[in-house]
Amino acid sequence: MTGELGQFALCLALSLALVQAFAGLAGARETAAQARAVASGSALGFFVFIALSFGALTYGFVTSDFSIADVADNSHTLKPLIYKITGVWGNHEGSMLLWVLVLGIYSALMTLAERGGARLTSAALGVQGLLASAFVLFILFTSDPFRRIDPMPVEGAGLNPLLQDPGLAMHPPMLYLGYVGLSATFAYAAAALITGDAERSWARAARPYMLVAWIALTLGITLGSWWAYYVLGWGGFWFWDPVENAALMPWLVATALLHSALATERTGAFRTWSLLLAIAAFSLSLIGTFLVRSGVLSSVHAFANDPERGLVILVMLAIATGGALLLFAWRAPKLEGGAEFDTVSRETALLLNNLLLCFAVTVVFFGTLYPLALQSLTGERISVGAPYFAMLFAPAFVALLALVPFGPRLSWRKDDLRQAMRALAPAGAAALVVGLIVLAFATPRSLAAAGSFALAFWVLGASAVDINKRLKTHTVSANGLASALAHAGLGISLIGIAATTVWRGEAIDVIGPGQSLNVAGYELRLDRVEPVDGPNYQAMRAIIDVRRDGRDLGTITPEKRSYPVEGEAISDTAIRTTGFSDLYVALGDDRGNGRWSVRAFFNPLAPFIWFGGALMALGGLTSLWGRVRVRFARLAPAE
Amino acid sequence: MMRALFAVLFAMLCFAGAAFADYGPEKLSDPRLEARAVALQRSLRCLVCQGESLDESNSQLADDLRRLIRGRIQQGQSDRQITAFLVSRYGDVILMKPPLEPCTYLLWFGPLLILVFGGGLAGLIVYRARARLGQSG
Repeated sequence: MTGELGQFALCLALSLALVQAFAGLAGARETAAQARAVASGSALGFFVFIALSFGALTYGFVTSDFSIADVADNSHTLKPLIYKITGVWGNHEGSMLLWVLVLGIYSALMTLAERGGARLTSAALGVQGLLASAFVLFILFTSDPFRRIDPMPVEGAGLNPLLQDPGLAMHPPMLYLGYVGLSATFAYAAAALITGDAERSWARAARPYMLVAWIALTLGITLGSWWAYYVLGWGGFWFWDPVENAALMPWLVATALLHSALATERTGAFRTWSLLLAIAAFSLSLIGTFLVRSGVLSSVHAFANDPERGLVILVMLAIATGGALLLFAWRAPKLEGGAEFDTVSRETALLLNNLLLCFAVTVVFFGTLYPLALQSLTGERISVGAPYFAMLFAPAFVALLALVPFGPRLSWRKDDLRQAMRALAPAGAAALVVGLIVLAFATPRSLAAAGSFALAFWVLGASAVDINKRLKTHTVSANGLASALAHAGLGISLIGIAATTVWRGEAIDVIGPGQSLNVAGYELRLDRVEPVDGPNYQAMRAIIDVRRDGRDLGTITPEKRSYPVEGEAISDTAIRTTGFSDLYVALGDDRGNGRWSVRAFFNPLAPFIWFGGALMALGGLTSLWGRVRVRFARLAPAE
Repeated sequence: MMRALFAVLFAMLCFAGAAFADYGPEKLSDPRLEARAVALQRSLRCLVCQGESLDESNSQLADDLRRLIRGRIQQGQSDRQITAFLVSRYGDVILMKPPLEPCTYLLWFGPLLILVFGGGLAGLIVYRARARLGQSG
């Protein structure tokens, strides 16, 4: 029954989305107050029915209702409850339903907050309604989550063991909160073009959604990278895999947009450019969805075999992006005049930020899509791996980080570069000292590491200078604090990346009980390997004693787990972290006679990579908090 | 999983003829040669696991190729010879860094063109913004 209820709710949601689209767009006219009320009501109704539908699917997963094909294909009675719930979005159908649920949440928030005036909100709701209709149609026709199977299987097929992990459980909802948050930004940009009021108000109205999307993408990417680190068993944190790049591209553009929209909101500068970035950010989210959902990545042929889903997403991408660009081409030239600012000004700094971020996103875009395009056009296969990105992406980021300290230091319109340099002198000194210390004392000696540390301290120092100055002049603001925190996060991440890349210790060997492996001064002695039973897996667990300089540091227990239902095995790495460094051990294959291959890494400062990501997100949250507080402060006297 | 099945089939196909090939040890005793082997395996991609290099991959194929590289290093072959051999066997797809050829010009220079174009545009924007500032005083 619940399955049919879920599907019925989904159909009702579709009709409400269509009403929302038409009424919302009609409500963009000054006189159409009634249409606006209808759009607002249907946006709330859409949210309610999508939530019901999602609840019905979740109920199916929790109660292991295997008459629903999606549940039978992706769940199992023995799975722990948490993975039954997260299994809802651990598959194509359920994850698309999550996508529209998040869209519904954003639409409901847009209605309730009504930022930027009734007309702008209404038009934005109309655009959201169009997107919602397209996606719900996509779900109903190509990816029905409630399809029944008869006869009903006795047991489900289980969930990919790699996905049965707390880190990955939270990863997709975060990414979707980000991807879809960019749809709200896109909707406001399109609404601004529709209503013709594309000066500043839209940027201010869309700001909180931009921020939420950016925070969620930052956290989603950080979580994903952390997950790859501890699950995949080779100690790496980023592999320039197309799926990772699919999330990185919208993040880069969203970062550029956050910066350019600052100028748009404040002085009206870069207003057409900000509109274009808002369109691009959401288009890249759709491209990301396409890459991950169409199967085109595993092979161009996999896509050709089952082209339906991929093609539909491509068509939606073409309509959304093409439509928005047409609207842009039609309306943008009518926008009056440009900004006034001097060569040395915050506007110029933001412009350089955008130039470098756009270059970075182009590199990722080419690196990700070029092999696909080349193979489908000529049949020739090439790989674009880390060396390509290191050659093109890394220099852009170095340049960006070198310029970051200037941004918050320079004032709008016009400033003096020498004065800014003087203010940043302590940061420069800190960078120089740290760089020289690293060059002199760290082994093996590395110019790249010294340069990275200097760059990181240049950025960190600038954040400290900024906060210090604000404290002294009593001008601490949420926005100022936000940029200091987010930029510091970049510096912290850079320290972690540089240290792990340059000074990682690595050892791999086949050892038996009593034998040991040495890595970076640690002695890892294999005591025994014993079988352990989990709720839905069997594991071989290695008990390894850790010693350093003759001191006993306790045991570490990496596992190799096999999931009989899914027929797959994964390794569960053991990580002993101090917060400053990780000792990382992965259990490999059984080589017979009690001998196992064991791989160990010592990753200095690795946790900093994710601390930095969390700090960036905290910066975003600070800025968001500032916005929300201001809004409540404005509401209060009226009540 | 289909991908795993494909990978196994692929590995079997590739190694049916090479089963008696001269594989080296898992680790070379000479640290200088071992360092060369590690550098080489970082520049080559595992064909089974998307996106991972031979250095990172846990697949059987990667394991075999790591030993093949060491065997050939022991025989005294140069890095270039070993890379050329693997490219002739598997194609350019095994290189982590795509070669500079006519069909990859756009890949390498496309982003740079955008940077140059964008830089020019940014310069123009600043120039015009400054002119406007001058007019309004």
